[in-house]
Amino acid sequence: MSAPPNPTGAAGRRLAALAEGWRVYRADRGGLFGLAVLSLVVVLALLAPVLTPPAELDVTRAGGAPLRPPSAENWLGTDESGRSVLLLTWWGARMSLLVGLSAAVLSMLIGTVVGLVAAHFGGWVSTLLLRLTDFFLVLPALVLAIALSTVLSRGVLTIVLAIGVTSWPQTARLVRAQTLTVETRPYIERARALGGGHRHLLGKHVLPAVLPLVFATTTLTVASAIIAESTLSFLGLGDPAMISWGSMLKSAMDTGAVTAGAWWYLLPPGLGIAVVVLSFTLCGRVLETVLNPRLRGERR
Amino acid sequence: MTDTRDEFETSAASTGPPPLLRFVAAKAGGGVVSLFLVAVLGFFLFRVLPGDPARTMTRSTPVSAEQLAALRHRFGLDQPLYLQFRDFVIDLLHGDLGTSYIYNRPVAELILERVGPTVLLVGTATVLAVLVGLWMGARAAWHQGGPVDRWFTSVGLTLWSVPTFWLGLLALMAFGVGVGPLPGLFPVAGMSSANVPAGVVPHVLDVAHHLVLPCLTLVAVIYAQFMMVMRTSLLEEMGAEYLTTARAKGLREDLVRRRHAVPNALLPTVTLIFLHLGLVVAGAITVETVFSWPGLGLLTYEALRVPDLPLLQGTFIVLAGSVIVMNVLAELVYRLLDPRVRDS
Repeated sequence: MSAPPNPTGAAGRRLAALAEGWRVYRADRGGLFGLAVLSLVVVLALLAPVLTPPAELDVTRAGGAPLRPPSAENWLGTDESGRSVLLLTWWGARMSLLVGLSAAVLSMLIGTVVGLVAAHFGGWVSTLLLRLTDFFLVLPALVLAIALSTVLSRGVLTIVLAIGVTSWPQTARLVRAQTLTVETRPYIERARALGGGHRHLLGKHVLPAVLPLVFATTTLTVASAIIAESTLSFLGLGDPAMISWGSMLKSAMDTGAVTAGAWWYLLPPGLGIAVVVLSFTLCGRVLETVLNPRLRGERR
Repeated sequence: MTDTRDEFETSAASTGPPPLLRFVAAKAGGGVVSLFLVAVLGFFLFRVLPGDPARTMTRSTPVSAEQLAALRHRFGLDQPLYLQFRDFVIDLLHGDLGTSYIYNRPVAELILERVGPTVLLVGTATVLAVLVGLWMGARAAWHQGGPVDRWFTSVGLTLWSVPTFWLGLLALMAFGVGVGPLPGLFPVAGMSSANVPAGVVPHVLDVAHHLVLPCLTLVAVIYAQFMMVMRTSLLEEMGAEYLTTARAKGLREDLVRRRHAVPNALLPTVTLIFLHLGLVVAGAITVETVFSWPGLGLLTYEALRVPDLPLLQGTFIVLAGSVIVMNVLAELVYRLLDPRVRDS
């Protein structure tokens, strides 16, 4: 009842918060750089089938000679079967982004549900979930992901699953902590007093308050998911039919590009991973700062 | 100040087992439960999830139904799952991890042979990364927002965004094989050369020579986490009153940092260092693969290529188990180091 009169209502309030967030975000050069790079990479990845001839990805129809350094024809040289490294890197971006984003979303879903339930219900459910979260937090995620993708059938879905189910504990801890804080606030008590059930409380009041922070963490999770994808593909656990940055590096190692000194084959996929991962990390860090004013003084 | 002391005295005077003992028991108990969960997970992953392990084992070769049945019987796969699990746990407690499919030797034996190289690689890399990371983190926090901070943070973040194995491949190409006029300075594979004269000193030097590239690759990727942890931890101490006191005493800035701020910031860093050990292990798997370093990581890679499920199960249990044990130890050490958490 004591809320200040606001003619524009909830939508206007959200818009104002968004504008304020963007103002803080804009002040960070790293965050802007990350956002710009990511927009560019995503657009290029989406447009790959339109702008490039996919037929040239076929090993049997490759245009150039194998393992040739950059030339006017192939700007980034060729791979072991004479395909353009530029083309491969371009198409590889699609796979790395797709797997990275899907795995991060899966991890976010698991983490949010576990965190919410552990904080909201308390009792033995909470104890059990916390215990499980701590267990998975300590467990080396890559080792578990390797195990999962070895025993399940090879494919994109397996990789997404393997990364998703091994990277949720941090999100769960964060969501739990945030939920505990939110649930002490008076408006939750009010909703409870008015007879709101668990679903109403969590869905209408707690989740909207927790979600922005989850979003920031997920941005950081995408970064580690892309690294995990490339690592699994590099170890030969990816979908053999798909081109990703990790699988390119695997073929590079398997076909002796290292001993041949074929730097043009090694650099593009690795730089692709590094640039995209760094951009996601930069964006995630700034988003955290935007959403958590406590961090604002610390970093500028 | 007096409040805290009162608390200490009352807790010391209370009856029952000493709190430290209770704490150790609780932590050790938690560790045992975690280790059991690792065993359950290992069983579930490699016995239950693959559906039929006998089929997975023979994926690449055509086999008859009789051969499959014989294989299932040999590995006890024709028994109900709970009996299989019971046998599995009993074997595990006896140190029996089954027989490797590719090597046709006990998995435990294979793992024991490979532990040494991994401990050498991971240990050296962790110690170096912690030293470099803590030093840089302390510097960065002390000059927060300055050029040192900006440089350290951006270089660290960039290296952290790089896949470990890619950095390894580049290092291998640049310093192992050699690029252009630059000759290869370091060995490209393995842990020792065959043509080294006998004796301890040449052998140690040879291994150290082989260790340089894999170790530095690992350090380059992992030191950033330690740096960021130290930086955040020290930033939290920055406004503390005891630092003002130290400065008021007339201490040089350098001494205020080294003697007062850093030791306090170090404590929370300890557990976080151990919490990140899982990532170091992950890095070790790919680094060992790239440099053919004969450790547990390379063994994992050999196992997953086939796939050799018993061997993979063994490396999974050993790697996950050792990370858990290290974490329990870290919590105990933390407790001993920091009197403030002794009664929490």
